[in-house]
Amino acid sequence: MNDPNVIEPGGVEASADGPGDPGRRSDTVSPRSAVAEQITEFGRIPVGNVRCEDPFIIAENVNAYYGDIHAIRNVTLEIAKSEVIALIGPSGCGKTTFIRCLNRMNDSVEHARVTGRITLDGQDIYERGLDPVVLRARIGMVFQKPNPFPKSVYDNVAYGPRIHGLAADRAELDDIVHGSLERAGLLKEVKDRLDEPGTELSGGQQQRLCIARTIAVNPEVILMDEPCSALDPIATARIEDLIDELAEDYAIVIVTHSMQQAARVSRRVAYFHLGMLVEVDETDRIFTNPQHKLTEDYITGRIG
Amino acid sequence: MQDTTLLLSLTVLALAGFYAGRGRALALVGGPARGRRLHSLPGYYGMFLAMWCLLPPLTLLLAWSLFEGRVITLMLIEGLPDAQRSMSAGELNLLVNNIQNLAVGDAVSVEIDAVLREASSRYRLLQAESRRLLTVLCLGLATLGAVSAWRRIRPEFRARNRVESTVEFFLLLASSIAVLTTIGIVMSVLFEALRFFQQVSIVDFLFGLNWSPQTAIREDQVGSSGSFGIVPLLTGTLLITVIAMLVAVPVGLMSAIYLAEYSSQKVRAAAKPMLEILAGIPTVVYGFFAALTVAPWVRDAGEAIGLDVASESALAAGLVMGIMIIPLVSSLSDDAIKAVPGDMREGALALGATRSEAMTGVILPAALPGIVGGTLLALSRAIGETMIVVMAAGLAANLTANPFEAVTTVTVQIVTLLVGDQEFDSAKTLAAFALGLVLFVVTMTLNVVGLNFVRRYREQYE
Ligand SMILES: Nc1ncnc2c1ncn2[C@@H]1O[C@H](COP(=O)(O)OP(=O)(O)OP(=O)(O)O)[C@@H](O)[C@H]1O
Ligand SMILES: [Mg+2]
Repeated sequence: MNDPNVIEPGGVEASADGPGDPGRRSDTVSPRSAVAEQITEFGRIPVGNVRCEDPFIIAENVNAYYGDIHAIRNVTLEIAKSEVIALIGPSGCGKTTFIRCLNRMNDSVEHARVTGRITLDGQDIYERGLDPVVLRARIGMVFQKPNPFPKSVYDNVAYGPRIHGLAADRAELDDIVHGSLERAGLLKEVKDRLDEPGTELSGGQQQRLCIARTIAVNPEVILMDEPCSALDPIATARIEDLIDELAEDYAIVIVTHSMQQAARVSRRVAYFHLGMLVEVDETDRIFTNPQHKLTEDYITGRIG
Repeated sequence: MQDTTLLLSLTVLALAGFYAGRGRALALVGGPARGRRLHSLPGYYGMFLAMWCLLPPLTLLLAWSLFEGRVITLMLIEGLPDAQRSMSAGELNLLVNNIQNLAVGDAVSVEIDAVLREASSRYRLLQAESRRLLTVLCLGLATLGAVSAWRRIRPEFRARNRVESTVEFFLLLASSIAVLTTIGIVMSVLFEALRFFQQVSIVDFLFGLNWSPQTAIREDQVGSSGSFGIVPLLTGTLLITVIAMLVAVPVGLMSAIYLAEYSSQKVRAAAKPMLEILAGIPTVVYGFFAALTVAPWVRDAGEAIGLDVASESALAAGLVMGIMIIPLVSSLSDDAIKAVPGDMREGALALGATRSEAMTGVILPAALPGIVGGTLLALSRAIGETMIVVMAAGLAANLTANPFEAVTTVTVQIVTLLVGDQEFDSAKTLAAFALGLVLFVVTMTLNVVGLNFVRRYREQYE
């Protein structure tokens, strides 16, 4: 969602940092460290509490690079089972990059590099022997733009269970597909259209189809990258309700540009700025009493 | 005045017209500062005037150069003495030729007499007259056009729309050239084929099992009636095409998948140009590669395992033809795969699909219309290919499905029908047009089917 209150400070900086800018290597050091100073001006970052009870995902000192671009700087964050955590921050601050580290989607990006340690349920996900394919079946992801496959609604949802062999026969597959569509709140609308292409649904329906597709493989965590940015308020409200329901069973990490959305759906909020995690806290505290000046500036719309 | 001088002066006139038109438009509203009161940008008024200055004389020039020669010749003949005018068409033609040659100072094939000399000087006169008339008319038309355009310029005059509709007309003209040429070719093939079918029944042609187009040149020759059954040619074409597609589609598709999904930037940067080089090799080179390298190799390999292989075989030709169209299949499939939005791939990967599962389950189905389109294009290419078959598969019209035998194809037979001496209206020559018609219908059907397929699925996916 395009919240008019959100000013994008990353814009100016990011463009000066763009790849191909000849003076990058030497030039970027000064503005970047200036920003770092500005961020730490109010003391150490991050402020708030990056730890949580009963952590399920633990990211320790994670750094991510795209070639020379240092997109994530030393981020440490814990995420609990069955909680919704919202990642907010100006455009280009690394929210997408961070959640793509969590399911190793950055593996397929050329020049991308991740350092640090991320564990899922105690297991290091960047460990040598670990198969990212298995990992991604445990950590589902919903993208900013709905991306249903050019297949029927049914086949879209059945795709994941099929490749993972989750259903023994057709009846079981039917159950999984219907159950997932039901949970995604889409079954009623598409009951008679299961054979039609998923790409012919409306945008909001497509996004719920993508959510259904994700929960059909029964993941433990769902990552959502601005899942409502292409949707109208009604479709957004439906997805937010859905997130509330799903939160009972899954850990959900949602990236959003809408403060209202973060306030509505999340239990904790993490504020990123220029690749750094600046503040993490309970949602109420962040929005009523932010500790860091940058966080306060951002949520009051003063950053720029 | 020479043509170039005329063209040059027309250009100068048009340029002057441009500035005059622009100036007039600006003057009408009272200077450049008020240019916004004009309906169109001032330049459009200039172009409008220049157009009127240039197009009518150019059209006249074109028509003039088309008909000038014929009209002058007619007038020349008109003025000849009765003795010459009553000559036969051939002799008269020769005479006119000589007159023209003499006029420009070329060699003349007969003795130069008074009649010839007089006629040639008259010819020169006529030509000079025609040029003068043309120059006057052109410059007159240009002036007329300019003046009438000038008088139509008003601030509210829609010069931009006029200029654009003229441009549109020329675009239409350009595109209709392609269409008209196609129609012309089809028509001529069709009519010649119809003449063929007056001599040979269409049923015999389409369903005959025997192809030996040797017709007698003299009445007393043996084998005076050839047989024109197209079936062996069609099966030969089919056989070679199938072999070629069996080579090209799997190899091309797999190399496209590798290049699009698995290869590193470096490999891709090296392999893509290589494939394009492969596509740029003239088919005659493939032909002798097939005839001198592959065909003997196929024969030896066949003999080694106890098969009887002809030294010119459908297999050799098909293999090489397959290699020839690999780049076509591969590069079109690569484009189709690359055109599938990256977020499809990401969506599949995020569900825990491996790269090959994402490829076979999501990306290839989405790219299928493009791949099928590319394959059909390659198929048309294979059907139309001639050189490789001439050199590697032979000329014998065997009706066989055995890839180790020599076969021949429709295109090869068209070539053999038209080389050598025969009358233009003999059944043998006309048969080439009938074959061409068949070829045209087949490839046309393939293209229509392919385009429809691509269109139907593309609509669904986007
Ligand atoms: N594939 C890539 N290659 C190179 N640089 C990248 C790539 N993806 C992201 N970046 C850079 O990494 C930084 C963080 O980008 P990221 O997409 O994570 O931001 P974001 O917080 O998700 O922004 P937005 O809110 O606009 O989605 C940016 O400076 C961006 O330019
Ligand atoms: Mg993002």
